[in-house]
Amino acid sequence: MFEGVPLTWFLIVATIMFFIGIYGFLVRRNLITILMSLELILISVCINFVAFNKLLYPQHLEGMFFTVFIIAVAAAEASVAIAIIINIYRRLVDIDVEKMKEMKY
Amino acid sequence: MINFTYTVWIILIPLIFFILIGFFGHKFKPVVSGIFGTTGLFISWILSCITAYQYFFVVPKVEETYQTIIGYNTVWLQLTEKLHIDLGVLLDPISVMMLIVVTTVSFMVHLYSIGYMQGEKGYHRFFSELSLFSFSMLGLVVATNIFQMYIFWELVGVSSYLLIGFYYERDTAVAASKKAFIVTRFADLGFLIGILILSFTTGTFDFITLTDPKGPALMQGGSIVFLGLSTMTWSMILVFMGGMGKSAMFPLHIWLPDAMEGPTPVSALIHAATMVVAGVYLVARMFPIYVISAPVALDVVMYVGAFSSIFAAIIACTQFDIKRVLAYSTLSQIGMMMFALGVSGYGGHEGLGFMASMWHLFTHAFFKALLFLGAGAIIHAVHSNYTYDMGGLRKHLPITHITFLIACLTIAGIPPLSGFFSKDEILAAGHHKSMLLYIVEMIVSGLTAFYMFRLYYLIFWGKTQHYHHTPHEAPKVMTIPLIFLALGAVFTGFIPFSEFISTDLKPFESHLELGIAIPAVLVGLIGIAIATILYRKETTIPETISKSLGGFYQAAYHKFYIDEVYLFITKKIIFNYISHPVAWFDRHIVDGTMNGISWVTNQVSDRIKGFQSGQLQQYAWVFVAGALALALAFIYLWTF
Repeated sequence: MFEGVPLTWFLIVATIMFFIGIYGFLVRRNLITILMSLELILISVCINFVAFNKLLYPQHLEGMFFTVFIIAVAAAEASVAIAIIINIYRRLVDIDVEKMKEMKY
Repeated sequence: MINFTYTVWIILIPLIFFILIGFFGHKFKPVVSGIFGTTGLFISWILSCITAYQYFFVVPKVEETYQTIIGYNTVWLQLTEKLHIDLGVLLDPISVMMLIVVTTVSFMVHLYSIGYMQGEKGYHRFFSELSLFSFSMLGLVVATNIFQMYIFWELVGVSSYLLIGFYYERDTAVAASKKAFIVTRFADLGFLIGILILSFTTGTFDFITLTDPKGPALMQGGSIVFLGLSTMTWSMILVFMGGMGKSAMFPLHIWLPDAMEGPTPVSALIHAATMVVAGVYLVARMFPIYVISAPVALDVVMYVGAFSSIFAAIIACTQFDIKRVLAYSTLSQIGMMMFALGVSGYGGHEGLGFMASMWHLFTHAFFKALLFLGAGAIIHAVHSNYTYDMGGLRKHLPITHITFLIACLTIAGIPPLSGFFSKDEILAAGHHKSMLLYIVEMIVSGLTAFYMFRLYYLIFWGKTQHYHHTPHEAPKVMTIPLIFLALGAVFTGFIPFSEFISTDLKPFESHLELGIAIPAVLVGLIGIAIATILYRKETTIPETISKSLGGFYQAAYHKFYIDEVYLFITKKIIFNYISHPVAWFDRHIVDGTMNGISWVTNQVSDRIKGFQSGQLQQYAWVFVAGALALALAFIYLWTF
């Protein structure tokens, strides 16, 4: 399907996605958006794994498997995180990270 | 050879009864604990009598000398190979004699207290503390080494503190118990330092090694000199300081009159017959050291004893609280015992003073306990301590009257009562040593006769009081000890004491010296005669005399202002010039440094705590920026 697409292109896409994720993680104040940025970072790493595996070591499958693991773990992590966020919302009626200072100092 | 291991039970039985009564006494009727404690002391008393009989009459003497026997010994603290602290039972003539004195008086006082303390709150507490005291005192007299003595010495102090403060709801009793404890503790500081110096120079705690006149201990320590006196002398003076505190010698006597706040049986047992003579016993126990390697310390003992005896006798003439008169009389008599020790030499007839001191200790225990118990019966009857609430009591309290009279005659030294013999020996010993002090002691015995009979007439004769309710004689349980002790006071003078007690454990002959006995009796009779003239009937002569004496009488009445001097020294000088600056230093310099450090830490952390905002995004920013900076730095380094 991707015959002839060079490795660099995959890496460029993954890097762009990674930094978009980092940017979102750093500047957004909304917890849900932060979570989404985190997913972007994870997925960009997954792309790297798959691309290296496919184009450099086609006879191996470790990269593929690792990606599947990451996706599964990310799903679990997302569900826990969303549960926490819902709880926070119920309590504070807000999901702005800067306002989460109940237990500070 | 007889096995003396059973002697350890003389000491342990009161301890067991202390624990039993202390923990379980409140579960039974009060009188049960009284009977229990008395039974315990009765067993101890029987055992002591058996011990004395076996020691003096059954154990064979070697070369006409009594043997020192270790009845029981156990190593308690092994410090080093050579230095260890033992607990045990040492039997020699003076410790066996003290066993008899302590158990007899303690048994009598227990018996008496069953009646006297009837209906008091804390009845079982009283008896458990009394048993604790008996245990500690017995442990003290049989100590095999100076450290065991020190341990029991402190235990005696604690039980004395507890018993003086028995009526702890009264402020005066609390103050008196604290005073007694602090004053004796101050003295014990000297005792402890003395023990440390002594054991450091001689390398042993053991009494047998220490007091062996040919032993190695006495040879050492004489050579090292500090402030003009040898270390041995210094250590013995410091040890004597402990004895001064316990025996209430001037100037550490201030606690004893106040200690009369305790129940009267306690005054009889602790503050007259047994505990206060512990100081005399201490000096007697270490006597060979005093006489051979620290004669200067022995002179100190002599002067302190002589001064205390006359000082206290003068005060006793002016007091109106009967227990205080007896307290000062105790001081005076103990002063005489100390004086007798101080004038004594070593060996044979030279050691007459030593024997006289022990003899007087023995007889004094009987007649002074009798006086106190009699005073207790009087207080019991009229509910007052003051002579001006008494008078004409001889009709109401016949048994108390007779026994009190016997005790007064005994202390005044009228033959053939026991006080005459022992006092005569003291005066004889004093006469050999120093004429001046002999005269002083002569005056003391005259004063003793005077103030005792002043007391006697004020209580039993004099004006006839109108009492709210007629005073009645004490119950049998209280009068039996009085009669028993009166018999002791009458007959203990006939014991040939020099056959049993001497400095070098060899019996020697001592005779009544008529040249001393006759003046002594005359002086006593003059004292009694003056008291009779002044107080037999109520007259105004005593008041006239006290007025004419003016300032001196006032000073004696106020106990020569010694208490005030102590208060001045502690409150005005020590508190103002030492305690306050020390407290200031502690609060401002020591605490200030620590507070400063914590203040600085607080301030700094307050300033920098903003860095740790808890905002994860902020941390991530810093982290990413750092990572980028590092990455750029590496790229730059790599490429160029």
